[in-house]
Amino acid sequence: MEELNSLFHGFSVILTPMNIVLMFVGIILGVLIGVLPGLGGANGVAILLPLTFTMSPTSAIIMLSCIYWGALFGGAITSILFNIPGEPWSVATTFDGYPMAQQGKAGAALTAAFTSSFIGAFVAVVMITFLAPLVAKFALKFGPPEFFAVYLLTFCSFVGMGKGSPFKILASMTIGFALASVGMDTVTGQLRLTFGIPDLMRGFDFLIAVIGLFGIGEILLSMEEGLAFSGKSAKIDPKVVLETWKKLPKYWMTSLRSSLIGIWMGITPGGATPASFMSYGLAKKMSKNGSKFGSGEIEGVIAPETAAHAAGTSALLPMLALGIPGSPTAAVLLGGLLIWGLQPGPLLFVEQKDFVWGLIASMYLGNLVGLIVVLTTVPLFASILRIPFSIIAPVIVVICAIGAYTVHNAMLDIWFMMLFGVVGYLFKKLDYPLAPLVLALVLGDKAEDSFRQAMLVSQGEMSIMWSNPLVGGITTLALILLFWPLISRVLAKIRPPKQNEFAAEQPVD
Amino acid sequence: MEPNQESGAEVRSGVATYVVEAIVATCIVILGAVVIQGSWTLGSGWTSDGPGSGYFPFYIGIILCISGVGTLYQALFGKEKNTEVFVDGEQLKRVLAVLIPAIVYVLAVQFIGLYVASAIYIALFMIILGKFSPIKSVITSFLVIALFFFMFEVWFKVPLFKGQFEPLSFLGY
Repeated sequence: MEELNSLFHGFSVILTPMNIVLMFVGIILGVLIGVLPGLGGANGVAILLPLTFTMSPTSAIIMLSCIYWGALFGGAITSILFNIPGEPWSVATTFDGYPMAQQGKAGAALTAAFTSSFIGAFVAVVMITFLAPLVAKFALKFGPPEFFAVYLLTFCSFVGMGKGSPFKILASMTIGFALASVGMDTVTGQLRLTFGIPDLMRGFDFLIAVIGLFGIGEILLSMEEGLAFSGKSAKIDPKVVLETWKKLPKYWMTSLRSSLIGIWMGITPGGATPASFMSYGLAKKMSKNGSKFGSGEIEGVIAPETAAHAAGTSALLPMLALGIPGSPTAAVLLGGLLIWGLQPGPLLFVEQKDFVWGLIASMYLGNLVGLIVVLTTVPLFASILRIPFSIIAPVIVVICAIGAYTVHNAMLDIWFMMLFGVVGYLFKKLDYPLAPLVLALVLGDKAEDSFRQAMLVSQGEMSIMWSNPLVGGITTLALILLFWPLISRVLAKIRPPKQNEFAAEQPVD
Repeated sequence: MEPNQESGAEVRSGVATYVVEAIVATCIVILGAVVIQGSWTLGSGWTSDGPGSGYFPFYIGIILCISGVGTLYQALFGKEKNTEVFVDGEQLKRVLAVLIPAIVYVLAVQFIGLYVASAIYIALFMIILGKFSPIKSVITSFLVIALFFFMFEVWFKVPLFKGQFEPLSFLGY
């Protein structure tokens, strides 16, 4: 078991007092981010990224990934206690979580949510431990056409599996690519699309976009709704925790099914939000108590939380093994790796063993620490939401501005952040998905490089994308996904599909 | 903020969503055209040493235009034309109440730096929009900014923007 040896080596790398402290700090910051409106996993990590520049890459990634786990945990607190999903993936948790809180079973709901989050993440991390090295080994054989095909597959699957208008997904994606191409051309060194403005030479940093789109955009949206938090209070005492834990093994089938859905949706860039909805829907269909879902059924909390956490964790697999993130937050982590001089992708497993296995080991520990932290500190975080929004809103704007400035120490970036904020608000309201934009902005240069290299090899012949079974298969699959909206329409004519009953509530992510 | 008052029977007035949709789609088409034009001048074809700088962005621009036109068509002539109100007056007022001060704040950062501008911004936001007492607001904003100052300048050693006039230069950071 080579992987187990590597894993134990990873544990030995991370088990220093400093790293454990960073883990706790990360989790607490992460839960805070998950609880506050306007700060989420992606922009929270983006804002805190500059703080880690002075740390060693291993410590930095431990803290950042713990922030991510914390944010995943934190989303559940607001959904259950306040009926306000802190993160898009916890919308499905409100369906049964909030009714439970109304019936005075908030403690049980929270315990179930946190524990199933932990289980989902744990299953996903085990999967990463054994699958990621294999994927990386396989990907070592990839050439430029194969890599471009995988990029193509990533982006086409947004169109094929996304919700909402395919044109909007395409638009959002290509805006990302267009912004990514601004600045210095990585191949020829020519300046592109800068229109003579010297500050544009640096290009648009995706961190700025993430902070603006998700941070400022979210604040504007929350303001529009005139947020008033009126939540249930929660106290988790050990007795409730133990009682809930006793009940949980009964739902092992739901947990397992949800974990698998989450893992699948996380590896393909479907993301945590659709995973949580799909899992909730399936649990409702398969459960004996399906008809009671929505009125405070504990299974209705377990299913979406397990899936969301499993998806959020597995999104790191393609990021580590292929250098292709499965979610905006994974994209931000990837950006961090690049800043520390680490090249994500298959070679990472060969050249940076300490780092990779340290990260994977920290996923095990981080989730355990997260579970302990959230179970013990829920009342504290719930009280944060009672701080009036008129204090939280300006502080978050200030945090976003600081985050945007520290990326490049450039004042202009703060203006860009505001611009992205307005765009984010408009796009959110008009159901343009933001994840493809962010991913295209991160991967734009690399996708373009592999495309141009492939074209150089073939002297401009597109046929290189079908030059061997592997690249041909991936490309064909990508094209099927790209045209899936059309194909599914044809299929629907032949055989009318079943209606998805939660389609209306699911946010475009 | 006061809780959202349900307007109930009142009719929401404002711009219909499909109009905003169409405007955004038009902007996307224009953006696509700009990208196409820009990459055309860079050389979007095949040069002597391979694909030119504009090769990839050129196709991106084309897809951008196609998707913009598609959205525009769906917004204006689609089967489910969305005639719902995009934002009503009350909502727009709330959004602008955050957006405009935020823009003024960024302008202030340009001149007096992140720390001073942020302190003033938080305090004024609390007094004017949150209707807190001035003393409470000033103390809160001061504490928050002091925390940030120690976190960034002292602990993590990440210097922040001090503005063109550097009002905090006496602190020595």
